[in-house]
Amino acid sequence: MEFALTDEQRLLDDSLRGYLSRELTLDTLKATVKDGPGLSDSHWGALAELGLTGLIVPEEYGGSGLGVLDAAVAAEALGYHAAPVAFAGPCVMAPLAVQSMADAGQKADWLPRMAAGEMRVAVAFAADTGQTGVANVSLDDGKLTGRVDSVLDAAGATHVLVILPDGRAALAEVSGKGVTCALKPTLDRTRPLADVSFAGASVAILDASNDPAATVQGVRNAGRVMLAADTLGAAQAMLDKAVAYAMERVQFGRVVASFQAVKHMAAEMATELEPCRALVWFAAHAHDAIPEEAHLAACHAKAHLAEVGRHVQTKATEMHGGMGFTELMGLELWFKRISLDRHVLGGPERCRHEAAVAQGWVKSQA
Amino acid sequence: MPILAERGFLPSQPETGMDLSYSEKYRALQQEVRAFISANRAASPSAVGVRRKPDAKILAWQRLLVENGYAARTIPKTYGGFGAEPDVMEAAIIAEEFSRAGVASGIMSQGISMLVPTLLEVGTEEQRTRWIRPTILGETIWCQGYSEPGAGSDLANVQTKAVLDGNVFVVNGQKIWTSSAHYADWMFLLCRTEPDRPKHQGLSYLLLSMKTPGIEVRPLKTMTGKSTFNEVFFTDVRVPAHQIVMGRGDGWTVANITLKHERMMLGDANKFIHRVHRIRELMETTRIDGERLIDKPEWRDRLVRLQGEVMASKYHQMRLLTQAAKGDDAGLGRLVVKLYGTEMGYRLSGLAVDVYGAAGLAFDPHDDSEGGQDDAATAWHADHMYDLGLIIGGGSSQIQKNIISERGLGMPREPKTAATGTTKG
Repeated sequence: MEFALTDEQRLLDDSLRGYLSRELTLDTLKATVKDGPGLSDSHWGALAELGLTGLIVPEEYGGSGLGVLDAAVAAEALGYHAAPVAFAGPCVMAPLAVQSMADAGQKADWLPRMAAGEMRVAVAFAADTGQTGVANVSLDDGKLTGRVDSVLDAAGATHVLVILPDGRAALAEVSGKGVTCALKPTLDRTRPLADVSFAGASVAILDASNDPAATVQGVRNAGRVMLAADTLGAAQAMLDKAVAYAMERVQFGRVVASFQAVKHMAAEMATELEPCRALVWFAAHAHDAIPEEAHLAACHAKAHLAEVGRHVQTKATEMHGGMGFTELMGLELWFKRISLDRHVLGGPERCRHEAAVAQGWVKSQA
Repeated sequence: MPILAERGFLPSQPETGMDLSYSEKYRALQQEVRAFISANRAASPSAVGVRRKPDAKILAWQRLLVENGYAARTIPKTYGGFGAEPDVMEAAIIAEEFSRAGVASGIMSQGISMLVPTLLEVGTEEQRTRWIRPTILGETIWCQGYSEPGAGSDLANVQTKAVLDGNVFVVNGQKIWTSSAHYADWMFLLCRTEPDRPKHQGLSYLLLSMKTPGIEVRPLKTMTGKSTFNEVFFTDVRVPAHQIVMGRGDGWTVANITLKHERMMLGDANKFIHRVHRIRELMETTRIDGERLIDKPEWRDRLVRLQGEVMASKYHQMRLLTQAAKGDDAGLGRLVVKLYGTEMGYRLSGLAVDVYGAAGLAFDPHDDSEGGQDDAATAWHADHMYDLGLIIGGGSSQIQKNIISERGLGMPREPKTAATGTTKG
């Protein structure tokens, strides 16, 4: 038995973190998210060049053919740096959906372009979203009509892949007639959400899945694991920043990090956070290799990281004192990032309910 | 793959990454353990606690486990053990199978978990030969003489004195919170032999028979209604000088070796998984106003939330096992285990007593007499309180937080201040 990352996964982690620490300083990050939609095209290009866009695209389509665990390692690093790029949608959920729902011709057309970063595909769930807001579309004569709120990673998207209530999916071009992809001011300025609406839009239909319900669940699980990994990284960053701040801030003639009240807050955060890494790894690994455990593990990872994220975002901010409440240190970017991760694709209560259903603990659905 | 591949960062072939299946060798062990359990299930005692003297059935079970290598597995054959090479994966598989089958695993006493590894690490050949075999068989029960009224979290402040008189140490003083002293045969004792040396360097570690004249044990009744703790008083207790472990003044070193083993005892995820399922069964049979608790969303949510914490600890343990098997230092990951495990255990038993609710408030603990079984609700209430004891004992949660923040996060120690009150420094 081996429960650890491979050397290659550690190298991926190191090189991505190395890139982000060099290129995404706090000033760059603040400037990027100051006014506009936030998502940075230059960083997107760099990540495509680093290979993240093709990370899980099969090699025959020009990708690296890696798994959801590798993607989770990348997501944690992106969360750690609050990177203003779209990852969970276009780099993970969309290629997974296309691989299992599209026909051979569609795959050959789209996957290489997705791997190269030319096609940036946001994923919108029109059924069983697990999140609040409108999600209501219908397909008539191959034309899509309706609306999906709060779509993740739609900024800069060239396409939207809508998961339909019947288990098929529809791919629409953002620039197409009858498609509106409206970015909205979002709490997390590093990853703004969009309300997407369709008025008789032309779409390509993906209906090649053998088991549509399982496929859709798998795609959403992968998205949930990415958001959990993002929270893991962002919460780790907040803890590291809080400890570093406490080591510098002097009151009563000593660094505040020497007060037990402060040390114990940090220890409590570390104690909750450290075991989360193994939970996220397992949930990602289960998606790749243990399908019968993947759904339960993804639900637990999403719900548990939401709760631990809430604890860490709160206490790490408190450890910064008044500075934590200002924009000066940029800490709020990580706070808000964790908040977005919590609510998108199902909050903790919803995920725990699904975990109970999955184990046959809920009477009506057992 | 552009840059990462060019730099050789990405493999040309995808790897499986983690491999959670057991290799052939471990699968064979798994089958062996399962066969053993199904053949011997009837001999298993219902519970092998740390809170009572082992009865004949427990002793026979322990002997069977030792002979088959499911207890004392890595203890050398010379000292009565099974003589297997240390292998954390094997230990995990055995624990998992016993837990899954619901049969008792080996005795978890302070003698077995703490003293035996300490003697193997720093004991003399004579000490190992004399004490390890009866201890692992459960025939010799040990208690730990560490804490004193003025030396709890500040353990190095131990004041119990041992003065050398010829080839005998003469011990005077008092210990407190001494588990199982009322039936233990022997004690490992931390005492002050070098009063003129600095605090940490003045201690020694002695082994003494509880039958030695001058020892008085007074049971301390705990909040669980049971007398699992004691006060122990020493008046001119004479201990042969060769019963010292390591040398005079080395007591702090030895005590820390022992405590290291105690903290490893407390974080087993298997027992928490078992608890989640026991509570789920309880929620399926308990009703409020005719409705099963498992069918009430607010109750179910509490259980699933705790299950998530338990799963994190399970996979964290697997990660630590992998690191231990490779000889890597897990650092922070290891330091959080006691705090995480004891706090989580307390919340789990707390949920169980909540499920029993008002109907579970008839609290009727039996005494420590052999085989004394409590009714289920009383047992959960006792466990809940005992779990709080685990939070306080073995390095309280506050001490754990100091260790985590200082050794794990690199934060500074609390500055020394002058002693106040009656504590001697």
